[in-house]
Amino acid sequence: MKLLIVGYILIVSGSAALLYQDKTKEESIVAGEKIYQDFCLQCHLTAGAGVSGVFPPLKNSDYLMNNIEKSIAGIKFGLKGEIIVNDEVYDGVMAKQGLNNEEIADVMNYILNQWGNSYYKQITLQQVSEVQKSVLD
Amino acid sequence: MKTFGYYSVILFFTLYLSCAQDNPPFIESPSEINYSYETVVDGIDIPWGMAFISESDFLATEISGTLYRVINGKKIVVEGLPELYVRGQGGLLDVALHPDYINNNIIYMTISSNTEGDSEGGNTALYSAILDGNSLKDVKLLYKATPNTKKGQHWGSRIVFDQEGHLYFGVGDRGNRDVNPQDISRDGGKIYRLNIDGSIPKDNPFVGKENAKEAVFSYGHRNPQGMVTHPKTGEIWEHEHGPKGGDEINIIKPGVNYGWPTITYGINYSGTPITDKTSMPNMAQPFYYWVPSIGPSGMAFSSSGVYPDWTDNLFAGSLKFEYLERLVIENNKVVKREKVLDKIGRVRNVVEGPDGYLYVGVEGKGILKIVPAK
Repeated sequence: MKLLIVGYILIVSGSAALLYQDKTKEESIVAGEKIYQDFCLQCHLTAGAGVSGVFPPLKNSDYLMNNIEKSIAGIKFGLKGEIIVNDEVYDGVMAKQGLNNEEIADVMNYILNQWGNSYYKQITLQQVSEVQKSVLD
Repeated sequence: MKTFGYYSVILFFTLYLSCAQDNPPFIESPSEINYSYETVVDGIDIPWGMAFISESDFLATEISGTLYRVINGKKIVVEGLPELYVRGQGGLLDVALHPDYINNNIIYMTISSNTEGDSEGGNTALYSAILDGNSLKDVKLLYKATPNTKKGQHWGSRIVFDQEGHLYFGVGDRGNRDVNPQDISRDGGKIYRLNIDGSIPKDNPFVGKENAKEAVFSYGHRNPQGMVTHPKTGEIWEHEHGPKGGDEINIIKPGVNYGWPTITYGINYSGTPITDKTSMPNMAQPFYYWVPSIGPSGMAFSSSGVYPDWTDNLFAGSLKFEYLERLVIENNKVVKREKVLDKIGRVRNVVEGPDGYLYVGVEGKGILKIVPAK
């Protein structure tokens, strides 16, 4: 009986882990680089430098590093209106890119850990799925 | 004084060298601004396409998936759009009226779509529909590029008509530059020509060629973002985004290969070369190319005389530098480029309205009308 219960727990937790397994941070960053090149590069450019006054930088960006939730929401739902990045005003439109939550987590992990950026935590699928549009209000 | 002389020489050569890579004529700011603008409608974030029913009644697309009918500046949402596949630069793209719209109420739209219901992404589709007041009826799929892909880039696509009853539209290379644009058996990186009912003209250049996509009219394109029928010659003019550098203006001719990515004046975003070739036999040179890239979007000629100094000039929006560009053409050459509406925002579209005014779609602002100074 005991064995049965232990076995049951193992199987259930094992399959749950398989179903909800996030990539490691390193795997997520690798996947995120591909997303970045397909969806972000045209505007934010190869080194994440952006274009002053038009496309905000991602490299050394105070907005990105201090507003993780809003940054996720911006990718997930699109972003418009005035934001201030490194003391410069940006008043543009970033269209919703149609990325799924996993792709958003991956590209966030990439931009948060590139070009000298560094973020101690990993952005998870769970975290992206919980971000609501209302954080942008 | 001697040092000053030295520095002047050094400065001169630095400027000279840095300009030498740019393609002339260089962009200018006007010495005198003899126009202003009015906002015709606001609250459209990315106004991609525009089509005029009359001067006070037009259709405008919002790329995220809303078709508006704007009557006297008031937006009404048009119901009945086919399903969109929103991904990257895709969405609800261009809208155009049938040349005989006044009698049949037919409109055309290009849309990023997945009509196959698979899980493999999307590609560009051309639809027709009847505009019945504020809703679409009899929605028909006329062309669907295949295969679907999850890539976000380069969907095209403007819709224009010639004077012989054909419709033209473009599909970009869909982020697969080494496979699609040079292969006429594949969609993507092409300008297509159809009859106005969606059928393929018998005299299309690749009809009867083995495995060819017979709707293809020209190939070797990267991402067409502007197209217009020349008001005098009737030629189809197109512009397209290059990579870093190498945006092009082309005059579209049947069966012609415009070269992407075998020849280009651009380089990769990372700065590495794509090819060392800018020309090849059997590949057309662009009418003009932009280095640096301006990110052209939307294309119109001013033919009306509403702006006396601008008659027959070509206009293209600049997404990158946030102005409308005026190009003066003499003897089949661009001889002058000038900024109009400098720093206005990302200019997505420009159209000459039935009243002869230029209407400009600006991201985050809506649609503006350029008004000459009295």
